[in-house]
Amino acid sequence: MNYVKLILLGLITLIAAMAASWAHDLAYQVHALLIMVIAFAMFIYVLRHTDEPVQEQAVDHIYEDGVIRAGVIATAFWGIAGFLVGTYIAFQLAFPQLNFDWGQPYTNFGRLRPLHTSAVIFAFGGNALIATSLYVVQRTSAARLWGGNLGWFVFWGYQLFIVLAATGYLLGATQSKEYAEPEWYVDIWLTIVWLAYLAVFMGTIFKRREKHIYVANWFFLAFIITVAMLHVVNNLSIPVSIWGSKSVQVFAGVQDAMTQWWYGHNAVGFFLTAGFLGMMYYFVPKQAERPIYSYKLSIIHFWALIFLYIWAGPHHLHYTALPDWASTLGMVFSVVLWMPSWGGMINGLMTLQGAWDKLRTDPILRMFVLSLGFYGMSTFEGPMMSIRAVNSLSHYTDWTIGHVHSGALGWNGMITFACIYFLTPKLWGRKQMYSMSAINWHFWLATLGIVLYAASMWVTGIMEGLMWREVDDQGFLVNSFADTVSAKFPMYVVRGLGGILFLSGALVMVWNMWMTIRGAEPQDATVPARGPAATATPAE
Amino acid sequence: MDTYSLLREIADSWVLLAMFLFFLAIAIWAYLPSQARYREDARQIPFRNDTDTRPRTGTQEQGASQKETRDLEGHPNV
Repeated sequence: MNYVKLILLGLITLIAAMAASWAHDLAYQVHALLIMVIAFAMFIYVLRHTDEPVQEQAVDHIYEDGVIRAGVIATAFWGIAGFLVGTYIAFQLAFPQLNFDWGQPYTNFGRLRPLHTSAVIFAFGGNALIATSLYVVQRTSAARLWGGNLGWFVFWGYQLFIVLAATGYLLGATQSKEYAEPEWYVDIWLTIVWLAYLAVFMGTIFKRREKHIYVANWFFLAFIITVAMLHVVNNLSIPVSIWGSKSVQVFAGVQDAMTQWWYGHNAVGFFLTAGFLGMMYYFVPKQAERPIYSYKLSIIHFWALIFLYIWAGPHHLHYTALPDWASTLGMVFSVVLWMPSWGGMINGLMTLQGAWDKLRTDPILRMFVLSLGFYGMSTFEGPMMSIRAVNSLSHYTDWTIGHVHSGALGWNGMITFACIYFLTPKLWGRKQMYSMSAINWHFWLATLGIVLYAASMWVTGIMEGLMWREVDDQGFLVNSFADTVSAKFPMYVVRGLGGILFLSGALVMVWNMWMTIRGAEPQDATVPARGPAATATPAE
Repeated sequence: MDTYSLLREIADSWVLLAMFLFFLAIAIWAYLPSQARYREDARQIPFRNDTDTRPRTGTQEQGASQKETRDLEGHPNV
């Protein structure tokens, strides 16, 4: 086995060296050098361990928690990176002088913006999803993670994807598709890593010792499979040269736009919603110490969400070359989607029935509830904005940015923080986080930050939309574009301050994690030893 | 008939009907009274399989709950 590995790693090193030498552009060259160094280091490592006696350890009785510990730390790390870049570009919009001349073109807004969106969605959110899904699937299947070290391949492979994507943006490699900016070779690498992730997840479900597949796993599985499908279809492209990063999309014109927003909206629907609902269905009951309010509702919630979300994409393309019937379809499905979304929120919130008093004492539970509140708010705001008449006011304005951030900071951010606070003490064998009052501080800093952010973006977005459509009695437009830009300045500053508050909350969390983990012994929880027959214990 | 129109025809009629019936079947299944004990069993899954037998090395005060391993009494599974 080691010989195969050595041959493969040697070949990769060689090809990467050739690619670095023949590279057509800087981003490709840097990536080739990076891959060459990594492959060569792994080659040396494997070589030094070849022909050594292998120590077979029986590990099937403990959960694979190492990869989850790594995932929790990576989530926090990329979170800070993403929030920092986000806050910086918020101030770049308020003060364009922050696009420093000495940093051009690498640090201008246009290159930092995809770095921010990818860092928070795919690096912070993605690591959180991988870590929590692998944690939940083991606990709800009563089985150790399938595939041995494949879990570690998924983790490190995903980190490599993030590094390739992020450095690529700064160096100018992008295919200009929103939330799908990485170029062809990074896309191929992500596909490989994602299929490994699917294999690990499915393998664990297959060897489960519980009769049922718990609803959280349904959501996680839908997220993994759908994202694989979306990613492959939206990134169908032909590289100009295999020694360069540039590629040409297979689809063109309005077909390309429709594919992009079919992808883009389902990235929201399945990455940022279905996956995070998987977290909700496990961690909210765990933290509240109450089983989920209604299992019936969770089944309906799952299937309704899956069936409806996939059609909502065209609402991003109102008043474009897209046929009217398609954008009407997207609009109708978006509005219908409101129902399962709120069904899910109600299911999460009602889980606290009879335990609402815990909100007074448990800041982690408070975070979960706030995230569900923001989920409900965003899933009401979204359908409303997808209606064509509302969209004619809101589209291309900062209202959209405000909507995205109330969902991303409020729902995804808060539920991830709460999960980190739940997991960190458990994974490192502590009773609880080092400081509970620091969690409270984080809660209020983040909440205040989101309120400032969302409120300022509503004001500036609606103002901007109204200014754009304002005409005088002769039918001429009253405002030039630059008028709206200068009118938005105060709100941009408020938005930046909101970002600072949210970032400082996250820094408090990192300090709290550091103090909790410091000096602790990592702990792998045991898989309970019992037959599958013992699992059926109906209580009522 | 070209491929697009043919696929569109099928998607608009039989596939739409099949998906709707599939959803309807799931909705009915989700509410079947005979499935109640399985739903209750599934609902309790997160509270099993999470035993932590080793002593915890935490420096904070004692008092973490030990409820994790048994089924929880809560409100009924509506």
